[in-house]
Amino acid sequence: MPGTAAPGSRPPTISRRGRPQRDGEGEAPTRNLKLETLAGVLEGEILIHNHCYRADEMAVMLAIADEFDYEISAFHHAVEAYKIPDLLAENDVCAAIWADWWGFKMEAYDGIRENAALLDRAGACAIVHSDDEFGIQRLNQESAKIMGAAATAGIDIPPERAIRWITGNAAKALGILEQTGTLEAGKMADVTVWSGNPFSVYTTVERVYIDGALVYDRQRPEQNPVTDFSLGTAAMTGGAR
Amino acid sequence: MNRILLTALVVLICSLPATLQAATTAITGARVHTVGPQGTLENATVLIEDGRIVAVGTDVDVPGAATRIDASGKIVTPGLFTPLGQLGLTEVSAVSGTVDYIQRGHDFTAGFDVAAAYNPRSTLIAVNRIEGITRAAITPGGAWPDMQQQLVSHVLSGLGAIVQLGAVEDNEDALVRRRAMLVVNLGEDGGVLAGGSRAAAMMTLRTALDDALDYAGNKDAYESRERREYSLSRTDLEAMQDVIEGSVPLLVYVDRASDIRALLDLTGEYSLPLIIAGGAEAWMVADELAEHDVGVILSSVNNLPGTFDELNARLDAAALLDAAGVAVTFGGDRNAQNHNARNITQSAGIAVANGLTWETALRAITLTPAELYGVADQVGSLEAGKDADIVIWKNDPLELTSYPEQVFIRGYPVPMESRQTLLRDRYMQTDAERPPAFRHPECTTRHAIDGGQMRFYDELFSDLLKQRPDRQVPVHPVARVPNA
Repeated sequence: MPGTAAPGSRPPTISRRGRPQRDGEGEAPTRNLKLETLAGVLEGEILIHNHCYRADEMAVMLAIADEFDYEISAFHHAVEAYKIPDLLAENDVCAAIWADWWGFKMEAYDGIRENAALLDRAGACAIVHSDDEFGIQRLNQESAKIMGAAATAGIDIPPERAIRWITGNAAKALGILEQTGTLEAGKMADVTVWSGNPFSVYTTVERVYIDGALVYDRQRPEQNPVTDFSLGTAAMTGGAR
Repeated sequence: MNRILLTALVVLICSLPATLQAATTAITGARVHTVGPQGTLENATVLIEDGRIVAVGTDVDVPGAATRIDASGKIVTPGLFTPLGQLGLTEVSAVSGTVDYIQRGHDFTAGFDVAAAYNPRSTLIAVNRIEGITRAAITPGGAWPDMQQQLVSHVLSGLGAIVQLGAVEDNEDALVRRRAMLVVNLGEDGGVLAGGSRAAAMMTLRTALDDALDYAGNKDAYESRERREYSLSRTDLEAMQDVIEGSVPLLVYVDRASDIRALLDLTGEYSLPLIIAGGAEAWMVADELAEHDVGVILSSVNNLPGTFDELNARLDAAALLDAAGVAVTFGGDRNAQNHNARNITQSAGIAVANGLTWETALRAITLTPAELYGVADQVGSLEAGKDADIVIWKNDPLELTSYPEQVFIRGYPVPMESRQTLLRDRYMQTDAERPPAFRHPECTTRHAIDGGQMRFYDELFSDLLKQRPDRQVPVHPVARVPNA
């Protein structure tokens, strides 16, 4: 049903205008953004980030990708990825996971802290993520919990591997590893300066640079950005907030 | 490392006469953070007898027959106490049949007592227990969103309890204090529940208190229907009696500074003990809280204006409250509750990173909650006479990479196993000959070596049970004898 998806949202409204005909003749064909997007997937121009918790569902999605000859860049949440690390490694698919969320729904009942560690051990691409407004602020800590759990299970995850879970591997899954994700000459200057070991709970972020620009400085709060929203609402006390 | 520790324990326990085996245990050589008057002791001994601590110190005489656990180079702390949440009251949040901490409809309010639903065999308990949680407050959910994101519950959510998370014979053994607090919702959520205004929520609480007081003095007249109507049912009025007498504290979800001030006026007027849950802006009224001896169950990560009640949330709130003399504990963060109650160590560590002292942060997850709920005579610190809830850590318990080596509850070493370790062990086998469902639990964590022979926890603990018939360990599915 071209043009009927999501009435009221902007993209379909734009799509109804259709493509202009180069020669100015004829009726514009109906543009179908849904199929156009899927065509982009099949052509390899659009990366698939697949929301998927269970191991069997990830396996099914990989089979579909194989059948239709497209690639899945990453499974998101992937709570059961640790059950199929070899399959994910073979297919070069990343799993973006929480460190320890589990049990909030049946699909997440089998979550374990060692998930990323078992993927890493198998040579699969692990990403530690969070869609929680507090968890996202400290992915370094989420990664550290996994390192500790892995050590308890006899799996040694050195810091130089764990840091990839929240830097290079994420950039790889997003298709921007050539621009960012590692500190290498020629890449964008996206740099975090820590007060100490990033995997210690006591460590704080001292400075953050994006594209070379200093966007956060813990020691100079007066220079840090303040949202429009907090003007006149929050007590402007400064300090780390 | 667990294996080595358990090995020592098992070998010694099993080679001693039955009468002495489980009775006396000495944990020796560790750095012991007592969180009590003795402070931190180096190379100290904790002596346990019949589930209780009998001595802590650097010159403790260990009876020759005691089981010795060498904890040299390790760290020993009291068991951790999670002050807010629903352990044993839920399995899967989205499976409503497993969710017992909230009551839809208003059949019961203040009298809704979640203790009756407590399940000591919930999978959540072992997951958190092996990471050091030995005691928990189990509380009715506050203002809980249903599947349509509509808040259910009532301004007066009901009564909670304190549980010990060790082996239990029955629920009476698990519930160490019933009617430990009355949960109340004020602020934005309370307003929604009361019909649209936080003023109405406050009036609901005030009316309930007035009715409970009137009922207390006129029970006969009430029973013979000669008294005016009350806002609460008979069950709820009865539940409120301990509240108006001051023996059950109010646990109030409230964030905004002005709401906290209004609440302090009310609790002062009725002389009610108070604990605040949430308290995003509590730091702004810290002096008043200290003056009224009110504790705060805080989220140490809250730095965002998630609601208009939390505009002034900040990361150093714990340090600011502590500096003003307010008792602070952690557990207000939803990522450090229930399934992940274990993350209160992370909460405490984050508070340290933002100005709280390490000692106060450890106290905040051990002794402080015990004090707030009136059970500090039993747990919360390592002192003679208290229950032997003890954790042996390899390193700093607040560090993210730190995990307990062994947890004791009431002197009893708990199996360092959970549904999650079983899943892990099943799937971390790289050379498994059988499909996962045919890989039964074995060597990785479940066994200990006894005199050169493999023994399984279930077997081991069933032996211990025979010696301690008052304790029962939850029994896991059958274990296969390894080929080794």
